[in-house]
Amino acid sequence: MTTETLAKTPLHALHLELGARMVPFAGYDMPVQYPLGVMKEHLHTRDAAGLFDVSHMGQILLRGSDAAAALETLVPVDILDLPVGLQRYALFTDENGGILDDLMVANLGNDTLYLVVNAACKDQDLAHLRQHIGARCEIEALFEARALLALQGPKAVEVLKRLAPEVGAMTFMQVGVIRLLGVDCFVSRSGYTGEDGFEISVPAEHAETLARSLLAEPEVEAIGLGARDSLRLEAGLCLYGHDMSTSTTPIEASLLWAMSKPRRADGVRAGGFPGAARIFAQQQEGVASKRVGLLPQERVPVREGADIVDADGAVIGRVSSGGFGPTLAAPVAMGYLQSSHVALDSEVWAMVRGKRVAMKVAKTPFVPQRYYRG
Amino acid sequence: MSELRFTVEHEWLRQDADGLVTVGITAYAQDALGDVVFVQLPELQTYAQGDEVAVLESVKAASNITMPLDGEVVETNAALEGAPEQVNADPLGQGWFFRFRPADASALDGLLDQAAYERLLNANADA
Repeated sequence: MTTETLAKTPLHALHLELGARMVPFAGYDMPVQYPLGVMKEHLHTRDAAGLFDVSHMGQILLRGSDAAAALETLVPVDILDLPVGLQRYALFTDENGGILDDLMVANLGNDTLYLVVNAACKDQDLAHLRQHIGARCEIEALFEARALLALQGPKAVEVLKRLAPEVGAMTFMQVGVIRLLGVDCFVSRSGYTGEDGFEISVPAEHAETLARSLLAEPEVEAIGLGARDSLRLEAGLCLYGHDMSTSTTPIEASLLWAMSKPRRADGVRAGGFPGAARIFAQQQEGVASKRVGLLPQERVPVREGADIVDADGAVIGRVSSGGFGPTLAAPVAMGYLQSSHVALDSEVWAMVRGKRVAMKVAKTPFVPQRYYRG
Repeated sequence: MSELRFTVEHEWLRQDADGLVTVGITAYAQDALGDVVFVQLPELQTYAQGDEVAVLESVKAASNITMPLDGEVVETNAALEGAPEQVNADPLGQGWFFRFRPADASALDGLLDQAAYERLLNANADA
């Protein structure tokens, strides 16, 4: 693919100016790293604050008094009782209980829901919404209209408070319309690194000014997609298309926690989302394989796609994400394993270039999440 | 120190006084690769030119190192197993990978010299 066919975010020119190495990602020309390099970018985010351009992700507004009830028909998540000013993690499921995408759903008030979906899925998600609930609410894609910045790390709040002191009072997963440099932004206290931080939806034409202003703060470095991946992996967060897909259900993906209690089999609004019957059956009867954290016991990184074998060499699973965790200073991975092997500390082996590498089934997150809960 | 030779895969080779050839990757290659976190070194054995003899892992990806000429690997830089970051910090020095005895020492002359390698880099930069 040549760069001419790739889309650009509103910060594309800034990335080039900062000396980013650009790569194609989900149809966009995106910064994988800046001159600092993946390792230092990762560590800087955990120590101070990192600014990420995630404008390739899809932002969608749903409006109308029926929007919450309508969205509930597509996700196993409580949207009706989602308070104004809060967001929840959600999953679009298909008729087989497979995961079409994962997303954030925020209640902005005034019967308005704000969704953030994955870049690679956004056109399909938009079509899915229009097809199934287009008659029940107004659906507005903000794909070109708004950029999305993530400011992540323990110093993120100090930095953002300089532009808007009120963000200091927000807690994890709270969201609101906040004025930054005179522009109304949707700001949530959340992210994809395991650290405290914010995601900031800003009108595209104001994105570069805001990004430059944040980068001018001494605590902030620009961080690319390379470190974004190693940060989320250490934090035990799934990457769509790798750690979950249409061929895995929320139960298999170990995402039962993301299914709200009222929507579960014994809940007050049980079911009513695609694939509910299969997902509930799996919850009762168990699953053949599920996603677990994996810690390689050697220094060699174990990558996505590596077969996992038992002591006899029989294939019992596959690595879905893997790499090196700079904060742990050790390789980390996650993958799908036959349920007979998923107990914590079970010893399994990954096949890396024909050699067995011992791994232990481990708890995630691999590094403690440091969300601000007040 | 004799002059360096290079391959199009961004390895450098140096013929030492004892007739052995030391191999590493260039500054350009380590920069393109990013932070090296793991190095799998070759076995002490004979390899053919083009064989995959070593693996470099960065945070994001794995890259193969191929045998630049036919020959027998006789020594590896075991220090890289504990300090793979040396590949980034000192690619032409402490970051060397292995030494080998070439099957045909004159084959080195067929590889790129410094000027030719720099032309290759410039051509890549212009592409």
